[in-house]
Formats: sequence, C-alpha cells, structure tokens
Amino acid sequence: MSTRLAKGGRLLDKGRALNFTFNGKRLRGHPGDTLASALLANDQMLVGRSFKYHRPRGIVASGAEEPNALVGLGEGARFEPNQRATTTELFDGLTCISQNHWPSLDYDIGAVNTAFARFLPAGFYYKTFIHPRPFWKHVYEPFIRQSAGLGKAPNPGDPDRYEHFYAFCDVLVIGGGVAGLQAALAAAEAGARVMLIEQTAHWGGRAPVDGGEVGGQPTEEWIEATVAKLRDMPNVTLRLRCMGAGVYDHGYALGYERVSDHAPEADAPRHRLWRIRAGQIVTATGAIERPLSFAGNDVPGVMLASAVRDYAVNYGVSAGDRTVVVTNNDDAYRTAITLKQLGLEVPVILDARASGGGALADEARALGIRVENGKAIAKVKGSKRVEGVAICAQAGEGAVLEELKCDAIAMSGGWSPVVHLWSHCGGKLIWDSAQAHFRPDPANPPRGAKGEGFVSAAGAANGASDLAGVLTDADAAGKAAAKAVGHKPKTTAAPKGSQSVEAPMQAVWLMPQGAGIRLRMKSWLDYQNDVKVSDVQLAAREGYESVEHAKRYTTLGMATDQGKLSNINGLAILSDALNQPIPQTGTTTFRPPYTPISLSAIAGSARGEIFQPIRKTPIHDWHEDNGAHFEPVGQWRRPYCFPKGEESHRDAVNREINQTRARLGLLDASTLGKIIVKGPDAGKFLDMLYTNMMSTLKPGKCRYGLMCNENGFLVDDGVVARIDEDTFLCHTTTGGAESIHGHMEDWLQCEWWDWKVYTANVTEQYAQIAVVGPKARETLAKLTTDDLSNEALPFMGWADITLAGMPVRVYRISFSGELSYEIAVAASLGRALWDALLEAGAEHGVTPYGTEGLHVMRAEKGFIMIGDETDGTVIPQDLNMQWAISKKKDDYLGKRAQERSHMTDPNRWKLVGLETLDGSVLPDGAYATAAGHNANGQRNTQGRVTSTYFSPTLGRGIAMGLVHDGPDRIGEVIEFPKVDGGVVKTKIVDPVFYDKDGEKQNV
Amino acid sequence: MSDAVTALNGARYEGFATIEDQGLTGMITLRGDLASKEVKAAVKSAIGLAVPAQRQALTGDGAAALWMSPDELLLMCPYDKVGDTIAALEQALKGQHFLAVNVSDARCFMRISGRGAREVLAKVCPVDLSPDAFTPGMFRRTRMAQVPAAFWLDEAGAFHLVCFRSVADYAFDLLKASARPGGEVGLYA
Repeated sequence: MSTRLAKGGRLLDKGRALNFTFNGKRLRGHPGDTLASALLANDQMLVGRSFKYHRPRGIVASGAEEPNALVGLGEGARFEPNQRATTTELFDGLTCISQNHWPSLDYDIGAVNTAFARFLPAGFYYKTFIHPRPFWKHVYEPFIRQSAGLGKAPNPGDPDRYEHFYAFCDVLVIGGGVAGLQAALAAAEAGARVMLIEQTAHWGGRAPVDGGEVGGQPTEEWIEATVAKLRDMPNVTLRLRCMGAGVYDHGYALGYERVSDHAPEADAPRHRLWRIRAGQIVTATGAIERPLSFAGNDVPGVMLASAVRDYAVNYGVSAGDRTVVVTNNDDAYRTAITLKQLGLEVPVILDARASGGGALADEARALGIRVENGKAIAKVKGSKRVEGVAICAQAGEGAVLEELKCDAIAMSGGWSPVVHLWSHCGGKLIWDSAQAHFRPDPANPPRGAKGEGFVSAAGAANGASDLAGVLTDADAAGKAAAKAVGHKPKTTAAPKGSQSVEAPMQAVWLMPQGAGIRLRMKSWLDYQNDVKVSDVQLAAREGYESVEHAKRYTTLGMATDQGKLSNINGLAILSDALNQPIPQTGTTTFRPPYTPISLSAIAGSARGEIFQPIRKTPIHDWHEDNGAHFEPVGQWRRPYCFPKGEESHRDAVNREINQTRARLGLLDASTLGKIIVKGPDAGKFLDMLYTNMMSTLKPGKCRYGLMCNENGFLVDDGVVARIDEDTFLCHTTTGGAESIHGHMEDWLQCEWWDWKVYTANVTEQYAQIAVVGPKARETLAKLTTDDLSNEALPFMGWADITLAGMPVRVYRISFSGELSYEIAVAASLGRALWDALLEAGAEHGVTPYGTEGLHVMRAEKGFIMIGDETDGTVIPQDLNMQWAISKKKDDYLGKRAQERSHMTDPNRWKLVGLETLDGSVLPDGAYATAAGHNANGQRNTQGRVTSTYFSPTLGRGIAMGLVHDGPDRIGEVIEFPKVDGGVVKTKIVDPVFYDKDGEKQNV
Repeated sequence: MSDAVTALNGARYEGFATIEDQGLTGMITLRGDLASKEVKAAVKSAIGLAVPAQRQALTGDGAAALWMSPDELLLMCPYDKVGDTIAALEQALKGQHFLAVNVSDARCFMRISGRGAREVLAKVCPVDLSPDAFTPGMFRRTRMAQVPAAFWLDEAGAFHLVCFRSVADYAFDLLKASARPGGEVGLYA
C-alpha cells in the first residue's frame, strides 16, 4: 500500500495539515503536496477508470505527463473536468471526484467492456457500427457516449476572472530546472533581458531528487543560490506556475500562468495568459521517462521509476512497501537505491539488458538489492492494485520463471526529451539511437523571417543526460541566445556538475521481446485512450502505415495528454510492425498547447460587459432609458423600435412610421459614416470613387452617389456635401465608415499617391439627428432664427445655423420621402440637441423611430439599401440606377468591369417592386420559380426578394426584388413558394410605392 | 456650451492604478507635410509646440502635439479654443495642401496613473511597457484589447490615452477590469 513516510518530503510543510475530499471521502495532506502525492499518502492508489474498457487506473507519473490521474475538480460553477492530480497543488478545502465510472469507482459496470476487448479493437467505430444505418443514431451512439468519455462538461457561469499580459524580452527561457536556470543566468550575465518561466511551483526541476553536485555544492544549494542571483538582476523576470504553452512565428510564445489555482480564496485572477515576444527562445523543458510495454503495465501501482523516486523524495510518500524495479537503463537504479535507503523493500531489480548496468547497479548490489539481468516482467498480478509480478526472460516469449509478491512496480523505458515547444514552429528532430530517443536537430531549428533560428534547446530537452552535460549545454545555449540578440556573452566556463558514468541503455519496445498476442493485448501504450501494443500492430496490418494515419485509426496519443508517455513507444511498435527504422516512421505533429490550457485564459478579460466593444451614439442612454429594442449594426447598437408598454415590435414600428409620415419623427442617425475629403484634387478623386460626377457639385449642395469596387460591384452609397472649393463631406453607410475610409486611403496611398488629397474619418465627431415629417420645418423654426424656408434651404442643400443655441450643420436630405433635415452637431452636444428637439416637437407628438421604421419608409420610396438590394454581386445597372452613372467621365472605379460581357448581359436580374395579390408580406429572400428544372433537378428560378416589409402607409406587404427581365414585365404575376408549402402570387410593379413625384419632400 | 458632456461624464476608478476621464479637450487632426517649414511654423504658432518626431508626444501648457503617422498629427488644446486654433492653422498654412479638422468630440480622453499604470495597459495593449522600453514623451498608436487606442506617458508616470468616443464605456470598463486589486502582476511596479 502507498503511504506517507516518517522521513522525507523536501517540498512539504509537515507542520500544517490540509483537508480535502476525494469522492466525498475526507482526506488530509500538507502544504506543498500535489493532489496526486496527497492521494498516494492516503493510499488512494485507484484514481479513475480508463476511457474505453473502464479498467482501474492509478497514478503513473509525477508531472505534466500524467495520463491517468484526471479528476473533476471543484464544485458548482467552479467544477472543472480532466484536471491532472499531479499538477494540481493541494489547498485546504479542495474537493474532487474521479471520472469515467458508474456506479462507483470501485465497482464499475462498464468494466465488462474489458471482457469484450476482442470486439473493441482499434478502429472499431468504423468497422462495427456501420450497419444497419438507423442503429447508429439510436443505438450505437447513445451506448458509446454513455460508456466512453472522460470528465463531465463543466457548469456554466465561471465566477473567476482571467487576463492577458503582453511581455517582451530578448531571451525567453522555458523551464526552470537546472538547465533553464543556467541558460537564463548565462544570457542575463551577457546583458540580455531574460524571462524565465517554470510550470511548477518550484525551481530546480528534478535535479534535487537525483542529488549530485554543482561546482562542489549540493545541487539544491546551487539552485537556491542561482535563483537568488537571478532575482537580484534587474534584467531578469522569473515566473513560477507559468507553463510555456506554445511557440509561434516571429518569436511569439504563450505562457500559461496559474495565478491562483492553488489559492482559490484569493481575490486575484485565476489564470493569466502571457503573450510573449522574444528575440530568442530557449526550451529547457527537460525529459519524460517512458513506460515499458509489458502485460498489466496499467494496473494501479505500476509507476514510472522517476515518479516513484519523486514521490519519495519530494513528498515523503512511498508507492508501496515492496517495489519491484524494471528497467532498460541505469537511471532506474536510483529509484531502487532511494527506496532502499528510506528503509523500503526492493525485492528485485529486473534489468532487461543481458549485460546489466554500470556503477549504479554495483551500488544497488552493495546495498543488498537483488539484481537480475536479462529479465523482464511476463505479467503483473492483481487488478485494482499490484499484488505481484511474474518474471520471465526478456529474450523469450514470456515463460514464467518466478513469481514475486510486491505492491508497486517502478518502470523505466528510457528518457525522451520534451521536444514539444521546439517542434511547435517547425523545429526538426533527429533520432539518437544510443539513447533511443528523438532530440532537437540543431541544424534545423524553427526559423525567423531572416532564416535565422530563433529557438534552441538546452539540457535534458536537448538530449543531455547527466548534470555535467546539462549545465555545459545550457550555458552554451544561454550564451548563444544572448549573442543572437546582440549581446556579448561572458567567457566564463559553465559550472561543473557531477558526471555519472552509466552503462548504455538498450531500447526495449516490448517486454518480453517475443510476447504473444495474449500478453500484447494487455500491454498498454496509451493509458488514457486505452491503446495497446496489439492495436498499433493491427493498424499496421490493416494498412495504416503513416504514423499520422495509425494515430487516428487507433487514437494513440489523441487524448488530453497528447501521448506524452505513449508516442515514442507507439511509433516504435509501428516501425517494428512495418519493418522499418524508427526515424523513417517519424513522429506525429506536436501542436500547442503543451498541456491543455483553460478556454477562459484564452478569452482573458473578454467576457460579460467587455466581451466585445459595443459602440454607443451620444444619444444611446436616452434610447436605453426609453425602452429601445436594440439591434446590432456592426458593433453599434441601434434602436430597432421603441415599443411602449405591452406594444409589439411590429405595432411600435407601424406607429412610428404613421406618426412620422403624418406629423413628426426623429431618428438618431449618428452612426452614419462621415469622411472629410480635402485638397486641390479632391473633386477628381471623388469622380473616380463615385459612379456619378462629384466635381461639379456646388458648395452648399448635396448629391447622392454610388461607390463601386474595381470589379464593378456596388459597395456603398450616400450623400456627398461640398463644404468649400477644396472640401467634401462624404456620408457612408453605417457599416461602411471604416472600410470606405480604408478604401479611400488605399487608393490614395498605393495608386494615386501624387494626388493632393487628404481624408479624415469624422464619423464620431458628430451626433446626427434626422428631423422628419410634415412638421419638421415648423419644429426647427422654433429653435432658430436662421431661415429654413424652401427658398433659403432647398432640397439637397445644406447650411450652418444655430439651433437651440448650438452651432449645427443642417443637411436637407431625405431617406424617407418626407420633408427632412439631418442635423449634425458636436457629439458632446448630441444629447442636448436631442432633448431640445423632443421638447420643441412635443406639440406635434414627436416620435423617435428606429431602424425598422427607417427601412420600411425607404422601401416605400423604392430607395435601395446596401446589403439588402446589394450582396457583392450586384451592379448599379441591375438596380436601374443608370441615372447615377456619369456618361461624361472617362473613368471611375468599376467602369471597365461594368463593360464586361457578363455585366452587360441582358439576362441579368433587375430591380422591380413586388406586390402580393393577397396583400401578405413575402418571405425574406424567397425565390420566384420558373418553368422546368436545372441540371441538379432543382426548380428553375427567375428572381428573388431583396427587401420585404409590411407597409403601414399602404396597409399591405411591399417588397423589392431582382427579377429576370423585371422592368419589362410590369403587371405580370409570378410565384414565390413559401417554406411551409403553397405559393404567393405576386405582381411585378414599379419599385416606388409611395409619392413617386416627391411632392412630400419638396415642400 | 454648458450642455457639452464627454461620453464618460467625469468617470473615475481607483484600483491598483487610477483611471479617470480627462474631460472635454480640444483635438485637431492635422494632415500635411510634417517636414515642411510651413507646418512646423503653423504648429508652433497655433499651440506653441514643435512638430513631434516619430512616435513622440510633445506637451506644453494645456497643449500637446502627437505623432499619428508620417503625415498626420493630433494636436490638443483647450476645448473652447479649437475654433481659434484651427483658424490659426488655416491662416498659417494658407496656400499649402493640408487638412485641419476638429475631432474633439470624436474621442474619449483618459488618464491612467499610479504605480500600476504600466501593468494595467500591458494587459490590454501589445506594447513593451517596461520602464526601459517605454519612456516619458513616447507616444504609441496601438490596439487596446478589441479597439484602437493611442497613449503617451508623461514625466510624472501617468499615461494619457485617447480612443473613440463610441467605445468609451468599453474602454473604461476594460481598464477598470485591468486595474482591479489582486491583479497586480508585479513586473513593473
């Protein structure tokens, strides 16, 4: 059984106890514990069930690579699934539950799957559940969803806060172990701005567990001294609990800081996403020990040898009283020696190498530990925890030579450098056959814009194996990184670390090497996704020869741990099955993040009120206070209508229109784009931008214009006012303000850079209010002494006047067909003017109207709307707007495109009005059918609806649409099928439904 | 003009930095040949400041000259002096190709001050705000979370920030969230 030892635990504060619960069971740990170490200290060996077969699973590792110990952490709104116990720091009051079992962790019905494992091989989804078809949806999928899967989805309403931080440095060092510390120091001493981030809460990585000396000092003391030195340097930033999550182009990297996961009561952000721009990046990310593939290697109690050692040294926790060590290298002997020195039993060390180990093996023997060379585990005894091992010869097929009782197994299949961050942005790997691992290829680093490498690996992450090698390598990496960003490194030598002389390791991908199918079906590669040696071999037999295909077919490495333990073992098995060397098989692609990061950290502070910017006009507060129903228009919120009391939106719209047409309406038109265009060439420039002639416009006058892109398609429209000889004000659509300003600058900067024109987007400088209706002039006259008569300010004129004591510019333009003035005032005075107009208009029942009223009134007048009548494929000629296209001009943007054969095709659909015979409102976007079917068997069409509304003015549905030969078919009836069946018979009419002669606006 | 109000209407928040509305401020977009002696003389005569260099802010009593782009400055002056200042610019630049336009109401103008000011901005702007990199008198046009913004740092360590008026609430709430106590990063303070 696993338990807390009387001695040891260098990271613990044993003077204090922390209470926590696992599946409701009250347990205790100490400050410094991880959830995993605390569970082991309480003999909670079984922590979850596997994904597919629901096999009992225990803690395997001690760090980020842990595949099994995933728990549902927290409660209520703070519940979070799939949290790794090995990287969760214990805090008082922590609650967690195990995952993937029913009804309980100890007695799980789904474990029956393991008995049917033969029928759930790799790719079983694709093979088994295809027929009969309807069974997938109703039988197979619900069954699979019930039995498979890890944690439950979290509850909505995350109460915590998150944020981003933009940081910049010369050298970013990822990983705060011995290598990272030395690389950071070397770079910092050269004068570089250094940032060092470490994913755990401690500096020094695994080095203190393994002992040794640096420069004659115990490693732990050297670490302490080096951290102190770095802390004192003003050019160094140190962050603990900050994982290097990803490396991207141009020296961009993401750091994932778990600010208060370990202290949930703190009023602090929970996670902080560091968005780091670095000149050079050093990955000092260490190495991960590989499991060995033997039958029963997933039974709780089978752990990585390094993890067994970590738990003993760091947390004073023994995985068992009797621990069998099985290895193919010398490093695992350290675990046996550590355990023995702590007074625990190590019945045997099984060394798969026939020639055995080196100096460490001698040391183990000297301690009285039995060492068996050339031996292996035939199988593990026990199901919910290890009870013993059957020993066999590694060279054989698994014939049992001896059985031994034990309650834990420490395995080591060698070490794989953590090359993830090196690989994220294209760093290549080389196969090191002596160490049987992939390590970074220094000749092929991730490269920057000039072809220079911007990432280097240091220490164990670069394949260095002992303290001496790690320090030398890291020192060189730190200096090289500093040099690459223009600093001069010191010429001092790297500190001297202990050397360890070890016997060569031997690659062991299957144990025993001749294991038969019965053993291979119990030899796990990927614990989290339940992939076994036999599955990968099956994939190879079935033709999945590419490692990427085999991965997807078997799901090897596709779980939340992304195959940190399983990938190398899996591709070695695949290579063997394909009879090809491992480098030829290659690895799957390493993608960020290194371990899963919270979605909330990615969102940062963008949630709730600041999820996205909401643009507000100066009159927005009034709209809110007066019950506006808003609609989004770009990032603006514009009132759609202002319902009163229980009034429906449609009734409100009708009321607003009727009142405006009869007496007086007000519209907040502030969102309309306003761009100043000024210079001696401004007229010439606008003649190119608009289809019509703007240079002939007289100061004091306005002209409606159309803007097309180079392809001839209509992109924007609006009223242009000439302010003076050199200056124009171009009104754009609400959505077009920024894009049209950009369009103008694009042409001015890239094509007509020698034209003397300046532009400025002054959209937000003004509040703009449309005063609309027969009583408009009367109302304004109350607020000004300036002359607003038809003679003084005729239709399509503008004037600067004083209104309600405010300087304003009045444009006499109309989008409703009524007598209408659009009044622009400084935005800071917008609300004051609105209030003054409401007061002045009160006697006429002044009625603010929203965007829907605006739309209906413009449709009644047959005015087009960009985005309704246009969709990026419509040219002005389709809309019968030849009148707005100047024939006198040599050129304008879109002119030549509009002369192309397809644009002049008489068969293009053209704008008409549509009137339903029954007075109903046509469905938006409906298509008119024509006789016959097309090549795809669909009904032929002859037109479509572009705008459709109920017109309260006419008391019936009105619509505009594009129809084949439309203008020549006035009076003809066509049919629009409805979604719910039936057709609407519709007459083609003139698109101007109301006041065709403009008598209402020209008064 | 007592009816004129800023979008933030004097709002203020004290977290680990202080965020406050700076009130109505005159702002003028001036576009022209910034290297010409005419523009230099015009800016000098209108607000008493020189033409700032690239990414530079020059400030004086109630006035500022801010570098926006190779052919654009943002000039600041008292709100009620904008008309006079534009008139002065137009007079001085008569015959030149230029644009001077009032944008006082198009923007929201805030101050971010206190020890944590650098960190508050570094959470939302992709700018190197370390004391060595961003020094008083520097001006930067950038992105603040999801909106455009621009700011300069004064000698007293306070940032002066402009963004568009329509997103004033968003910008203020965003900076408030950034400055909320407990969120100190401990990097620049």
